[in-house]
Amino acid sequence: MSWMRPLGRVLIPIVGAMAFAILLLLLAGANPFEALGLLVEGSVGSAANLSDTLTAWVTMVLAAAGLVVTFRAGLWNIGVEGQVIAGSIAAAFAARTIEGPVAVMIILTMLAGLIGGGLWGLLAGTLRVYGKVNEIFGGLGLTFVATSLTTYLIIGPWKKAGVASTGGTDPFPRDSWLPTIGTLRVSIVAVIVAALAVVAVYFMMRGTRFGLRLKAVGQNLRSAVLFGIPNKRYLLLAFIIGGALAGLAGTIRVTGFHHKLVPTPSGAHGYLGILIVLLAGFQAKWIAPIAFFFAAIAVGASQLPLQMEVDSSLGGILRGVLVLFVLLFGGWQARRAGARLVADAAPPVVPATPGGEG
Amino acid sequence: MSLELRDIHKHFGPVRANDGINLTVEAGTMHGLLGENGAGKSTLMKVLSGFHAPDSGEIILDGKHIRASSPQDAIGHGIGMLHQDPLVFLPFSVIDNFLLQSPGGLRLDRRSARREFEEVCERFQFSLDPSASTRSLTVGERQQLEIARLLWLGARVLILDEPTTGISAPQRVKLFATLRALAEEGMSVIFVSHKLEEVEELCQRVTVMRQGKVVGHAEMPTPASQLVEMMFGAPVEVEAAQPIELGDPLLRVKDLSVEERLLSIEALSLDVRGGEVIGLAGLGGSGQNTFMRAVAGLVSPAGGEITLDGKQIAGLPYRDLLDVGIQYLPAGRLEEGLVQGLSITEHFVLSDPDTPFFVDWDAAAEHAARAVTANFIKGRADSNAEELSGGNMQRLLLAMLRPGLRLLMMEHPTRGLDIESANWVWSQLLSRREDGTAIIFASVDLDELLRYSNRILVFFSGRVISEVNASDTDVEELGFLIGGKVREQQ
Repeated sequence: MSWMRPLGRVLIPIVGAMAFAILLLLLAGANPFEALGLLVEGSVGSAANLSDTLTAWVTMVLAAAGLVVTFRAGLWNIGVEGQVIAGSIAAAFAARTIEGPVAVMIILTMLAGLIGGGLWGLLAGTLRVYGKVNEIFGGLGLTFVATSLTTYLIIGPWKKAGVASTGGTDPFPRDSWLPTIGTLRVSIVAVIVAALAVVAVYFMMRGTRFGLRLKAVGQNLRSAVLFGIPNKRYLLLAFIIGGALAGLAGTIRVTGFHHKLVPTPSGAHGYLGILIVLLAGFQAKWIAPIAFFFAAIAVGASQLPLQMEVDSSLGGILRGVLVLFVLLFGGWQARRAGARLVADAAPPVVPATPGGEG
Repeated sequence: MSLELRDIHKHFGPVRANDGINLTVEAGTMHGLLGENGAGKSTLMKVLSGFHAPDSGEIILDGKHIRASSPQDAIGHGIGMLHQDPLVFLPFSVIDNFLLQSPGGLRLDRRSARREFEEVCERFQFSLDPSASTRSLTVGERQQLEIARLLWLGARVLILDEPTTGISAPQRVKLFATLRALAEEGMSVIFVSHKLEEVEELCQRVTVMRQGKVVGHAEMPTPASQLVEMMFGAPVEVEAAQPIELGDPLLRVKDLSVEERLLSIEALSLDVRGGEVIGLAGLGGSGQNTFMRAVAGLVSPAGGEITLDGKQIAGLPYRDLLDVGIQYLPAGRLEEGLVQGLSITEHFVLSDPDTPFFVDWDAAAEHAARAVTANFIKGRADSNAEELSGGNMQRLLLAMLRPGLRLLMMEHPTRGLDIESANWVWSQLLSRREDGTAIIFASVDLDELLRYSNRILVFFSGRVISEVNASDTDVEELGFLIGGKVREQQ
């Protein structure tokens, strides 16, 4: 089955990482099964918990979907974190300065986030394409700028009425908040936007000339030029699209979760997006389930210290170890590929080709 | 040192690159290994030199079984390989490259190494400056550096994989003299090539491979026709270029100048007519490729005029020139021409200017499958570019050329190709002339230049030092123009 190998590629490292987590918990003197039970309970055990998990899922998915585009274009868009933050700032600006009914505010804040993140991506792209600054360093630098800008806004121009606080700005007007149902924290609008973004990226990369050309640019810039592809334009577009989706994630962080601008509005979801696309092998179709797993760990782990003498950083360790396991497993598979192909060779896998023996 | 390979098997996926190879090389001989592209010659040599581990089989050196699981092991046993592209580190100095694989501890003894390097160079009359940057060396000099290094490391079996690709005629003469001297000292030399003349000139014994198997051995001299028959199964007729009526003036280059870091072209002028074939001769890196890239809009000219059908095109980017009928095929087929990781189908979609925004993959796959058959590409529509052999990459590149081209420019159209593929390439190119397409190509193969060009421009250091009609000259004269002038310059 064609889907089994990629599934194994994801599942085997997850099992490995889980085993490692169990080992850690044993070393810490905690009952691992109780802890894992709490993890599951805390993430999907109730409607409220599931809603919290979905809230985290939305922003991780959006950041990761944008990263598929930049990674496919051969760009290590480490600056995604800054693009999420830039989106948060832009959305906060819209929420603070414009007044309107909920539906209008949803559109305007999201538009602002798309533009803010897209511009931040374009900055990294311009540095890369015209300034010959590697996008990793340019992105890191711009992330620092975005973080500092947030802090400046919070304690400066956008400070809380009365006294400035690093806890964040005043909450936005109610009409700028993403609508929710009942007491659940997740917004159905956010979930739909995230799902649409993944589907759009999937079809763009798979079914369009743009996606194919982007892949060609990512795989081999020099060949792409000889195919007549305007490579600079494509690199910049990849940065803009990736940044815009990250900015959308930033919007939803502030309008759907914090309801104000806080010093780290992204919650590191941009960085988590990088881990997610690495796990997904840069393929859009694997983003949603992997992001869900990540979100569940993040939300579930926050329950651990409340119930047990275990620090919630276990969730972070689990995610980090998971990625390392995936990379390790990928390397091991590549080593093994040679041997397996030989075994496959006994009955001819490739039928006689038109030109004769292959 | 005598060498025996017994029943070597090596698979890559479903491809049996080596399928039970037996080969004996006597001490003090030069042994030729012939075969078309993909016959398994390079794989066999990489197995011998420790780059690939064989799936099964034995390597016996002077009666002893050896196992070489890395190139370091192999050179430890005295087996050294000179690769088609010499494995040198360009940012390093000559002496640092020489020392790279040196055995011993942490300390590098540059002084004594330098002395030994100079001794080796003196022995073979290589004039290499130990402190020069490797980047400044020609391909031929890089080869000399590699040979010196391998000998210093104790190589007693020397493998050369297509060593004459990309080196000049005088360098080739020197290389052959070196190899003869080494064989006289009792070394075994394995010479991998598909150039019959070179094998005839050098080797005492020849082994011919086809499709992963040894199809025969021959003591030299053996008639070339017999060797060709062993390589291909049936004699290949060499097609002579049919003269063709030239069309109207098509391309006019006037006083073109280009400035690059290592080379500048000054005041180059050329007129090309429809259907004309212009060969660019000269040592590698003398400006032939820079000239073509400037015409193709891939490097921007510093001055001068380029017109196509009377329209000014200088300074336009390549993607705009594609639309007016100029296309350029680089020498680095996988590096610059194709995209690793993309299938043949995806390549055809990329190359088609009329691809709609939403790609119809079913139709594209069908179209690609037809093109694969029509162009005798050994591969499938869903094969990735990097899975193809060199000859099949070139077939794919030609199959992707746009119809109705005005001007086609190519670097080394048949470099690394076997005779059959090379003939096919040229039959495709020549048939384009009938639509009035002009062809400019660079090559270091003098026969190719003479056989297919109308006119030949000889480049030296960014200048055209001679322009000759192909019908008025021959290999000797052309060799003199390229080589003789160079000697004068030095």
